Amino acid sequence: MSVSELFMITPNPVLSGVIWFVIIVTALFVARTHAHLGIRSLSRVLHNAMRLTANSVLHAEQKLIQRNRDVLMAQGREAAERIVEREFERVDATVRRDLSEYPALHRLLSEEITKIDEDYKESTEVPPTPPAWVKAVEAVAKIPSTKGDPMVGNVLEDIHSSLIKANTKATEEYRKSSHDRHTLLKNMMPQWRKVKQILGNVDKNINSLLVRSVTIDRHMDEYESIVKSADKSERMLSSSSLTQFFISGLVLAIAIGGAMINFHLIARPMSEMVGGTSQILGFQINVIAAMVIILVEMAMGIFLMESLRITRLFPIIGALNDKIRIRMVWVFFSILFLLASIEAGLAFMREILMEEDAATRALLRDGTASALVGNSYLWITTAAQMGMGFILPFALMFVAIPLESFIHSLRTVLGIVGVSFLHGLAWALRLVGNISRFTGLTIIHIYDLIIFAPLWIEKIIKSNKKGEETEGEFDADKTVNIRGIAQ
Amino acid sequence: MKIIKAILLAATMMVLTASCGGGDPAVPNTRGVYMLMDTSGTYTQELKQAQRVINFILASLNPGDTFAVARVDTGSFSEKDIVAKVSFEDRPSMANRQKRDFRDKIDQFVKKVKGSAYTDITGGMLQAIEYLNEAGTGHNTILVFSDLKEELREGYIRDIPLQLNNYSVVALNVTKLRSDNIDPREYLDRLADWQKKVEAGGGQWRVVNDLERLEGILNM
Repeated sequence: MSVSELFMITPNPVLSGVIWFVIIVTALFVARTHAHLGIRSLSRVLHNAMRLTANSVLHAEQKLIQRNRDVLMAQGREAAERIVEREFERVDATVRRDLSEYPALHRLLSEEITKIDEDYKESTEVPPTPPAWVKAVEAVAKIPSTKGDPMVGNVLEDIHSSLIKANTKATEEYRKSSHDRHTLLKNMMPQWRKVKQILGNVDKNINSLLVRSVTIDRHMDEYESIVKSADKSERMLSSSSLTQFFISGLVLAIAIGGAMINFHLIARPMSEMVGGTSQILGFQINVIAAMVIILVEMAMGIFLMESLRITRLFPIIGALNDKIRIRMVWVFFSILFLLASIEAGLAFMREILMEEDAATRALLRDGTASALVGNSYLWITTAAQMGMGFILPFALMFVAIPLESFIHSLRTVLGIVGVSFLHGLAWALRLVGNISRFTGLTIIHIYDLIIFAPLWIEKIIKSNKKGEETEGEFDADKTVNIRGIAQ
Repeated sequence: MKIIKAILLAATMMVLTASCGGGDPAVPNTRGVYMLMDTSGTYTQELKQAQRVINFILASLNPGDTFAVARVDTGSFSEKDIVAKVSFEDRPSMANRQKRDFRDKIDQFVKKVKGSAYTDITGGMLQAIEYLNEAGTGHNTILVFSDLKEELREGYIRDIPLQLNNYSVVALNVTKLRSDNIDPREYLDRLADWQKKVEAGGGQWRVVNDLERLEGILNM
């Protein structure tokens, strides 16, 4: 029996439709209470499930936010510690370099000052003492003289000439001593300058220490702020982390470009060493070999940077004692140097192979290989290729720095992305929950709309019954009241 | 535990990469080319053209590929008819040297070749299939440098189906005979017969008469 046959209760399809409609509406009316309960329960279950899931997701989001904050703060703390440590190392270097010489400097300064003091003492002006017989001359001069006594005149004349002589001699001596004093003072000049220079150096060193101490103070403030987990520090670190992510990503992209060029330089000549036809996992063996060499170079570069304590991707290397660490620096550098030399050789080989290929093609095409012989400019490309083959491994060594920044900032960026995703998920779950809740209500209303006719009839019947009951109650009240009045 | 998980993940990724990027692992990534040169009658005059084709193919092949040139004469189902054959070394420099030696061999052959009375193309095709199957190359091509007019000596049986699965057969420089000019249907029927024969064996059939358009004949 087909559906259409089942539908056709009577030969008239409209009548059949009406009969079916009445049957369905009656069935729905009968089942109304249970259907409402079922729909409401289902929508409530969905709504509650979504709400609970959304709460869990929000809880996870909060945990992730806290974790991001911890990671960010830890990174910031580590960075601040590194900077402060570096500043202290600089201060230490300054103190070791300059202030360790301070005793010697002090001694030098004292010697210079003593010398200056001695020179100063020697340069003090001593007035010339008058000759001892001047008082005797004064006494002779006071002897009362008789007019025209030539002897007194002669004596005075002699005394006068002696005085002039003595005066001239004294003046000459005074001039000489003054000259000596001036010479001494003149000799003091370079000593003064030297003292000034020494004091200037000391001042410079002290100032540099003061500047460093100001920088350390600033970094220490930042560090304290990070330790206190201040919001400002979090915002600052988050912004800095995003900037680092994009900048290091850009530099890494450039490094990948360099690695690709490097790869193309050595992939072809590698086929001379390992063959070019065998395959591993669908890749030609020479391609794999070239890739492995480049990756080994990058690994050596990363280890070298790590041993130099420029990056801190492997704490175990940084924690090694200085002697072993320096040895490792030389080992990694030697391996890198050898690989760079091999690359330069391979780049040279590449040029030879290309020339040979071109010669063979020319021979097969024209029957001569003369076009390739005597090109005097070929050495430029050969040298350029060799140079690139040698330099690029060392250039790729520095990829460790952006790689470290990228990895560190990636944690923060992934955290931010994760938080956004969880937030969006929670919102979507709440939305679905609310939609299911209101969908349930809507379905109930639609249900009632379909069976509006029996509902309407039921309402009329109920209102009539209620009216009768109310009327009956009213009559009873009336009777009671009348009875009451009568009583 | 985390390290083990990471290693397992890396291994899975490698296997997936290999399965996605490696293509069909059963098919080697090498090419095999077998060229049949018709040396019957007046077609020997066309051998200079054949030399051009050979040089072009030599320039196109890579280390690991296989190439053989054989003459088509009275009975071509024979190793003796192979004029030159080579499987190129892995090293590019060695491969270049082999290409030069191959070219020299062909030059000498073209200088000394004498025309044959009959043309056993089917025998040559059978020999080509045998040789390339033995070489185990991944992508095989048989080049037939001939007017495709098969003339068999009495008693030679060549009504044999060709097994050309995964083979590409390219007819090169199919010259028109004097009789073809009188009745072009002969030429068209000849081509159609060969096409039918090749496609019945599971191979792909192509005709390249303009030797300036050789670029696509060795498509992998």
